[in-house]
Amino acid sequence: MPITPNPYKTTGFLGWIDDRFPLTKLWKDHLSEYYAPKNFNFWYFFGSLALLVLVNQLLTGIFLTMNYKPAADAAFDSVQYIMRDVPWGWLLRYMHAAGASAFFIVVYLHMFRGILYGSHRKPRELIWIFGTLIFLCLMAEAFCGYVLPWGNMSYWGAEVIISLFGTIPYVGHALQVWIQGDFAPADATLNRLFSLHVIALPFVLVALVVLHLMALHEVGSNNPDGIEIKKKKDPATGIPLDGIPFHPYYTVKDLVGVGVFLILFSAVIFFAPTGANLVLEKPNFIPADPQVTPPEITPAWYFGVFYAMLRAVPAFLHTQIWGVLVMFGAVVILFFLPWLDRSPVKSIRYKGALFKTLVVLFALDFVLLNYLGMQPVNPTRTLIARFGTIYYYFFFLAMPWYSRLDKTKPEPERVTS
Amino acid sequence: MSNEGVDGGRRRFLTAATSVVGAAGAVAAVWPFLASLKPSAKALALGAPVAADIGKLEEGQQVIFVWQGLNIWVLRRSKDMIASLSQVRPRLADPNSDYSQQPEYCKNEHRSIKPEYLVMNAKCTHLGCMPELKAQHPDVSVDPDWLGGYLCPCHGSRYDLSGRVFQSQPAPLNMMVPPYRYASDTMIIIGEDPKKS
Repeated sequence: MPITPNPYKTTGFLGWIDDRFPLTKLWKDHLSEYYAPKNFNFWYFFGSLALLVLVNQLLTGIFLTMNYKPAADAAFDSVQYIMRDVPWGWLLRYMHAAGASAFFIVVYLHMFRGILYGSHRKPRELIWIFGTLIFLCLMAEAFCGYVLPWGNMSYWGAEVIISLFGTIPYVGHALQVWIQGDFAPADATLNRLFSLHVIALPFVLVALVVLHLMALHEVGSNNPDGIEIKKKKDPATGIPLDGIPFHPYYTVKDLVGVGVFLILFSAVIFFAPTGANLVLEKPNFIPADPQVTPPEITPAWYFGVFYAMLRAVPAFLHTQIWGVLVMFGAVVILFFLPWLDRSPVKSIRYKGALFKTLVVLFALDFVLLNYLGMQPVNPTRTLIARFGTIYYYFFFLAMPWYSRLDKTKPEPERVTS
Repeated sequence: MSNEGVDGGRRRFLTAATSVVGAAGAVAAVWPFLASLKPSAKALALGAPVAADIGKLEEGQQVIFVWQGLNIWVLRRSKDMIASLSQVRPRLADPNSDYSQQPEYCKNEHRSIKPEYLVMNAKCTHLGCMPELKAQHPDVSVDPDWLGGYLCPCHGSRYDLSGRVFQSQPAPLNMMVPPYRYASDTMIIIGEDPKKS
């Protein structure tokens, strides 16, 4: 029985494939005939870099798993074994550890790009929501991974984070024991976090990345001008006038970004693998000891903002769940961003002084909170963190009002350079 | 497929009934997965009550026993330490331990069965760090009016020598007192309530 020939008129081996699987269609839809705005700037590197780091984490993770042992009495030693006895094991581990930090750097910049250019606005709300889910999943993945070496900071980090669930009234303690699988973080806890880290969460993460890209390629990329290139198409070809095929134009451009990134990444791996005590923390070079709290329990640097919020909120009504709610709220609020922004324009280029001022303050506030989250507490820092937390929430919750009050400039018809 | 002669009502009923039974089965199948995360029989066995010999404790000395993975302090308090408990009362968040977790027989000023021996979970009620015993006083590095107590190194929560938290600390409650009983004058069983006499 003759089969329906594929519409791309490919022949030979490729034709045989295309008659059975949409290979040429996928290539064209997502690369050679995916038209991206021609005015992408520096900020647009971070999406492809996030993908690169994800591949780095998956690849190094697979090989680390071949030598790592997820047991309370063996995990720490197996990590030392990887570092000392496994040929090139140190490189795999440093790549994985530095990769985690790099992931958060590129993702934070990628998210901030979205806020700057209004990439979360209609019709890209779902792209933003999938992205926020990726961020949430990434935080869970990073936490689980942080516990696996079973150093003292791993142990006490697990204790602190899991006890967040213990703050829930009435069911908290039972929930905490259920999550730990024991009365304190123990072998069972380590084993299940390992399972989440290497199976469940990577699956979810990769699936979300696919959804994120599917949604992006459905509506098309935003750009620094925040205007829709699909509004101005060549009447003959139907191709956006300001669009250029992703391949080869952006694959080549992104490769430059990859080159620069790898130079910086290699510099950390080879010359500063502990990343000034940020990538790998000193107390984690001591095996987990349930009897001894490290002098200062600090989270990994990329959780500084959220940890600062957690500590800034005082307990009242005899429960300290408020800090936990404020901290989780800071992530949840991101989901609503597409509907909080009521400005008539998308991009910061055409927004007024009000938004520009507030967004710069927000970036500074974010950095400040992150710094405070990594420092020991004292009353002054707690007070500053309180103001920082209030401003973080103000930036989002007051957005429906100030984004309308703001004096905007008219958007151009076509993208500018 | 022909829909001729089909009893629509009957088909809808059968579809609905099959869906409901199937959904119930799917929900029931979730239970073994969630229940497998509970502490195993081994973990529960290791969580059994612990006998602790406190006969050799000096005044002011504190030792740690482990029960259910929790670090349990036993502190032998001196007369001076016990006296400080009533002096700090006005500055405490929950002086009567009304909101805190302790057995009913330890809901008193010294938060213990015998005033001399404090048995307490070594865990800050803020986020689970282990506070440090700061018995020396005055100690201006902790507090200008310090009379001895516990200081959490993580977020600076302060407690008195009964583990009662001071006002305006990150920690909301007094530290937890586990159930325990005296098997003899020098032996306590952590994890068991006193036998009803």
